[in-house]
Amino acid sequence: MAAETTKPSRRPAKSARKGQSRLLQGNEAASLGALAAGCNFFAGYPITPASEITEYMSREMPVRGNPFIQMEDEIASIGACVGASLAGRKAMTATSGPGFSLMQENLGYAMIAEIPLVVVNVMRGGPSTGLPTNVAQGDVQQARWGTHGDHPAVVFCPSSVSECFELMVMAFNTAERFRTPVIFLADETVAHLREKVVLPAEGDLEVIDRRRPAVPPDWYVPYKTDGSLIPRLADLGEGYRYHVTGLVHDERGFPTRRADEVEPFYARLFGKISRHFDDLMLTKQYSLDDAEIVLISYGCTARSCRAAVRLGRERGIKLGLLQLLTLWPFPRQAVEAALTGRKAALVPELNMGQISREVKRVNDGRTQVIRHSKMDGTMITPEEILGRMREVA
Amino acid sequence: MTAVHRSVVYDWLRHDKKFPHVWCPGCGLGILLGSLVRSLAQGGYDKNQVVLVSGIGCSGRLPVYVDVGSVHTTHGRALTFATGIKLAKPELKVIVVMGDGDATAIGGNHLIHAARRNLDLTAIIVNNLNYGMTGGQYSPTTPLGAKATTAPYGHSEPSFDISALTVTAGASFVARSTVYHVTQLDQMLGQAIAKKGFGVVEVLSPCHTNYGRQNRLGSQVEMMKGFKKQAVRADRWDKVSPAEREGRFPIGVLADHGRPTFWETYEGAIERAQAIRKEG
Ligand SMILES: Cc1ncc(C[n+]2csc(CCOP(=O)(O)OP(=O)(O)O)c2C)c(N)n1
Ligand code: SF4
Repeated sequence: MAAETTKPSRRPAKSARKGQSRLLQGNEAASLGALAAGCNFFAGYPITPASEITEYMSREMPVRGNPFIQMEDEIASIGACVGASLAGRKAMTATSGPGFSLMQENLGYAMIAEIPLVVVNVMRGGPSTGLPTNVAQGDVQQARWGTHGDHPAVVFCPSSVSECFELMVMAFNTAERFRTPVIFLADETVAHLREKVVLPAEGDLEVIDRRRPAVPPDWYVPYKTDGSLIPRLADLGEGYRYHVTGLVHDERGFPTRRADEVEPFYARLFGKISRHFDDLMLTKQYSLDDAEIVLISYGCTARSCRAAVRLGRERGIKLGLLQLLTLWPFPRQAVEAALTGRKAALVPELNMGQISREVKRVNDGRTQVIRHSKMDGTMITPEEILGRMREVA
Repeated sequence: MTAVHRSVVYDWLRHDKKFPHVWCPGCGLGILLGSLVRSLAQGGYDKNQVVLVSGIGCSGRLPVYVDVGSVHTTHGRALTFATGIKLAKPELKVIVVMGDGDATAIGGNHLIHAARRNLDLTAIIVNNLNYGMTGGQYSPTTPLGAKATTAPYGHSEPSFDISALTVTAGASFVARSTVYHVTQLDQMLGQAIAKKGFGVVEVLSPCHTNYGRQNRLGSQVEMMKGFKKQAVRADRWDKVSPAEREGRFPIGVLADHGRPTFWETYEGAIERAQAIRKEG
């Protein structure tokens, strides 16, 4: 456990046989999901527990004739992804806590300049180098507010190896559709878990590409939008000679500080996401209909919750689970519905209450919300969750 | 001559970008802008195949005026964005404009690694010996003893020699010039852009409103005269005695060699990967 390394596999991985079930690790399934969604650029810097993604991509990208580069750090990695995306590629980088911290400024750049890309953060214990090989869920609020300034955020969080694949496809599709960076927030346990996954056949997968300009270069106004609020993105080098900046910009892409342009700019940035909340907020329910006590959870902790629901019901406790697959935008409606009419809600998580705070925010007097935090680098067990039931019942 | 000049300006500057520019009157960046568009025009490049990338600072504002794809990135990170653009579309001419702060302070690590990798990029490093945009604080190129808004009693650190640094890091082409030596600057930029591999042009440029004022160097004109006195042609540098080198620097081509670029060696990896995969 001392060294912060993972064993590289020597042989290039056999490419996924589509439509078949395979035994995969979470990080492998996430990589396969990215490839299935059309990822054709990867830049990264190794860090536990995300290194397997970088290694997987180093094997697969050259086979497909696509660029892979191990940059000098995480700031450089996300910078390269922004550049590659502007030149028309579907770009991804993968990291863990310390690297995610380094990426924040350029994540903000991708947000304000509206550059599609996917950032994987496999959470480990923190802050700083923290617990490099242990599980934690401490980056939930950083994924929301890590970069400076007000901005929307889209963050998906898998609980299983299958969900690693599915949510990664969703992450790329969302990034392309909304012209925005998307964060894939996994945790160490899910990333290193091995499970059977049924991969969809090639034709069964919906892959979304960004909308490119439908007008000739002379007519292109890079940040002008139609009713969708999402501007079309031209690939650099295709005759559309426009300007991209991290400064607040006008429709033509040039910096502006005019109040009558700045305010509408921010309104559109938020609006393009908020008007599609219904499409973006994904949750799953287990035994929720008749539950007296609801568990609200995500990531590896949701796995323990599912077991707790089963065990609890065997012992006559009517438990149900709402699993959050989208952490941001926070699935408010689903959470409100899950809280309504329950005796209590328990929010177990591997941090000091980063999602329970949100649950309390939307609870609005509906029921009693109890936080269950664990910070010792190990998972919350089903028995621990059931142990809290004495307080509730 | 004027006719040629007018057409260069017409062809290469953005028509939908309003002038005047953001720089102080007399700043060297205007001269560099002129030099850059002239070298691009003379090189006969297709505007659609050129991308200008810049960092943050006064120098970072340069690309917005040029009628090519332009990306104004974050402070110090221009080379990383440029790396992604170049790898995504190797056929593009990618030119990166950075300040000395961008290139050697916050982005110093990116600079040495871009040079080591020999990415096919051109880096133009505008060395005005201080941080212009934030008000004249010291940078890694501020000379020992010089004044800056964060070195009110004289700077306590020795400075980087940008050109020497990039030569050592492995750049294919390194040249230094100043905005006083405009004809040479045009040539150096032209050569660097044409050169395959990582090309660096360090451009000495006066920041009279900050560095010049704090160090009582006079107007921008006086500072330009200073460049004239300090600069020595590279081929004559060997003849300058160590005592006379104080405060002076060589200008011209400082390194020029061929070496495979990143993409060329990566293509080898692609071939090997595909061969292994075919074997199963
Ligand atoms: C991460 C970060 N730190 C600090 C700044 C503030 N800042 C803006 S420009 C600049 C320095 C500019 O100096 P230089 O790169 O030499 O360019 P110049 O303005 O002299 O052309 C600094 C420190 C910033 N924008 N981002
Ligand atoms: S502050 Fe200095 S570098 Fe910036 S525009 Fe003025 S003279 Fe030029």
